[in-house]
Amino acid sequence: MSRKLPKKDVVIVGLGWTGSIMANELTDEGLDVIAIERGPWRDAPTEFPPNYAQDELRYRIRHELFLRPEQLTFTFRNKMNQTALPIRDWGSFMPPNGVGGGGVHWNAETFRFLPTDFVLRTHLTERYGAAFLPEDMTIQDFGVTYDDLEPHYDTFEYLCGTSGTAGNLRGQIQEGGNPFEGPRSRPYPTPAQKQPFSHTLFGKAARELGYKPFPQPSGNLSQAYTNPLGIRMGPCTYCGFCEWFGCGNYSKASPQTTILPLLIRKSNFSFRDNSEVLHINLDGSGKRATGVTFVDTGGVEWEQPADLVILSAYTMFNVQLLLHSKIGTPYDPVANKGVIGRNFTHQTISTVNGFFDNKKFNFNPFIASGAIGMCIDEFNGDNFDHGPLGFVGGGYMGQVQTGGRPIQSTGVPPGTPKWGAQWKSAVRDNYLSQVRPGTGVHGSFYSYRDVYLDLDPTYKDRFGRPLMRMTIDFHDNEIKQNAFLTDKFAEIIRAMGAHTLDKQYRKAPYDATEYQTTHLNGGAIMGTDPATSALNRYLQSWDVSNLFVTGASAFPQNAGYNPTGTVAALAFWAATAIRGQYLKNPGPLVHA
Amino acid sequence: MVMRRRDFLAGTAILVLSTMNSRATVISGGLPWTPNAGSPPVPVRPGPWHFFTSDEGRAVEALADRIIPSDPQTPGGKDSGCAVFIDRQLAGPYGRSDGHYTQPPFMSGTKQQGAQSADGPAATYRKALAALDRYCQASYQGKRFADLSDEQKDELLKSIEDEKTKLEGIDAQSFFELVVKDVQEGFFADPLYGGNRDMVAWKMIGYPGARYNYLDWVERHNERFPLPPVSITGRADWTPKT
Repeated sequence: MSRKLPKKDVVIVGLGWTGSIMANELTDEGLDVIAIERGPWRDAPTEFPPNYAQDELRYRIRHELFLRPEQLTFTFRNKMNQTALPIRDWGSFMPPNGVGGGGVHWNAETFRFLPTDFVLRTHLTERYGAAFLPEDMTIQDFGVTYDDLEPHYDTFEYLCGTSGTAGNLRGQIQEGGNPFEGPRSRPYPTPAQKQPFSHTLFGKAARELGYKPFPQPSGNLSQAYTNPLGIRMGPCTYCGFCEWFGCGNYSKASPQTTILPLLIRKSNFSFRDNSEVLHINLDGSGKRATGVTFVDTGGVEWEQPADLVILSAYTMFNVQLLLHSKIGTPYDPVANKGVIGRNFTHQTISTVNGFFDNKKFNFNPFIASGAIGMCIDEFNGDNFDHGPLGFVGGGYMGQVQTGGRPIQSTGVPPGTPKWGAQWKSAVRDNYLSQVRPGTGVHGSFYSYRDVYLDLDPTYKDRFGRPLMRMTIDFHDNEIKQNAFLTDKFAEIIRAMGAHTLDKQYRKAPYDATEYQTTHLNGGAIMGTDPATSALNRYLQSWDVSNLFVTGASAFPQNAGYNPTGTVAALAFWAATAIRGQYLKNPGPLVHA
Repeated sequence: MVMRRRDFLAGTAILVLSTMNSRATVISGGLPWTPNAGSPPVPVRPGPWHFFTSDEGRAVEALADRIIPSDPQTPGGKDSGCAVFIDRQLAGPYGRSDGHYTQPPFMSGTKQQGAQSADGPAATYRKALAALDRYCQASYQGKRFADLSDEQKDELLKSIEDEKTKLEGIDAQSFFELVVKDVQEGFFADPLYGGNRDMVAWKMIGYPGARYNYLDWVERHNERFPLPPVSITGRADWTPKT
């Protein structure tokens, strides 16, 4: 039996990036907003101050800032005819936990998607013909365009103080930026970060090969910045502890450093931490949400009634809460019907490590930031002719090495033993003179009929509910894409002067134990047709019109970029629709 | 009892209310803050084994010295503290797989599905170290692993790595892979965890440790960073002599 709390105008599930954006926008509209967050409150002075944040074992290897699988995990299999088994410890992705969500421990790579990424099926069909796409590929258009989102990308970048060099200013191509990007209305709010040696060398080699390298757009700031909410951030100090870590320096854009200090002072906002939402409640018609039920860490169950529900958890948990709340028709891959769980995707990551003569090259790899680096975009999206290549999709690539943390950055040339005297001397000889780009090739992952989410028949969570089951594998299209991109990337690393290359292609089957990125997408996708999407173009549920679902769960497929910029732009886009349209006349914003 | 912000808030006071028997709080009015809050790490102290028996400790020290042999410049795994590191890790949350999903059924799956054992690392070490010594005693005239010559140890470990030698009741190859990972993690982790004693590993590779500001060094390309490493707990020469 739940204890019932007083009704609010809005309840937000999850206080990460999009929950914080939504809360700030809707409190500005005068609504009374409460957010419910599964994990704890986190902030730099208590959780990751600069006197002990630089702890690779604690944060990277032992996963201190992440969700614990015992609290909630997923089952995983590659193919529909296999038995899914639980992910007992995280591997290929790292679900966030706590206030700030993934915004606490992200690298702050702040990209925009290409204009063609939003109209992907239409664009590829027009250019190459429908028969060029694999038969079981289920890519769709987003239902919004780059032009719709441009003002919201801009808002997010100015909120974060993003450091970068514009490549396309109102249609004018800019020297030093990414010439392939969509037109932006303003330059980045702060100039690009400084680049360490290996990153600079990559840019030089790429330029000499005829590419147009650009500095990676970074939410680790090149200089001090005061954002439009009046919140101040300090310059990044290139400590090399960004991804997996919280920033002890207030230099990385996160909800804590850009929104929460203002939001929390508003009298019409509050939040509960350590409280996990179990389901969204519906009225008798099943068409209207009445609020959410959550349980706190003492096991007490509460009901929070509200007029408007914003589901702002991580991708997977959004989908899971929709399934547990019986909102929308679960996807059936055999019948190819239903929407909740369809078009689940991840990323296609690979890298090439380069080994250089240690008498000539000293990279000081420990000097870096999370979104440092020089990149090229010649092989992203449809920036190149796929006709002769027999695949679609692509990604950016670059020397984007985020540090030299020694447990994970002491690589040795291929063929070296994994232990013993030879291993030890190879570590000594190569640490300072190797290039380890990490997510060097950041490829897209398009959607397929047999890559999806549903509920597991065997394994249960701590409340006795079924775990969600991931069925995911790489298809030939992504494997071909990755081989092509990885070889192109290797040419640039070679041109930097490496004497030995270690090409680490991404291969099938998908492996849940090898980290790629935490960019899981889809499962509750946006679109123009309720038969093939869970949400309309405003992230509003087709089935329950007072429910909006933010996050990368809305992506019909992934692009060759980090998702956060687009995730945040979509949240601002949806918030604008709620403020401008929905509140005046609550109900469906799009009639199917 | 229902907590409503406007019922409780006075001026700009920060409100953090906790329900009974729960860490859950209602937060409004300002960012939560309490004096001296934080969770600094607790440094490992030298002393007797916390987890290993004396035979197990000898075996792990011997393993650590073959995985990271000493050489004229740098001590080996044992003198670097790698066995102490593993001992303290196995006695703590890592050894118990705290936080992992441990619900049954435990079914074997594909490599891509990850470890599915009910045993955490502590139980794995206990079983596997016993199996390793049993194998050595049967194969090398009653000698335990730690008593073999360096050549014999290397030969045996290579054979386990290549799956040519199997140990009874355990997956020897996976166990050795685990030991290699743990020894190397201990070697490169901050010395506060018991390995990387006196920052030997960081000195060996040229890693300056737990620093937080390289602003002046970002654009000094291809120059060797001049400062010695520092640990989260400082450096010996920072501590005043008494």
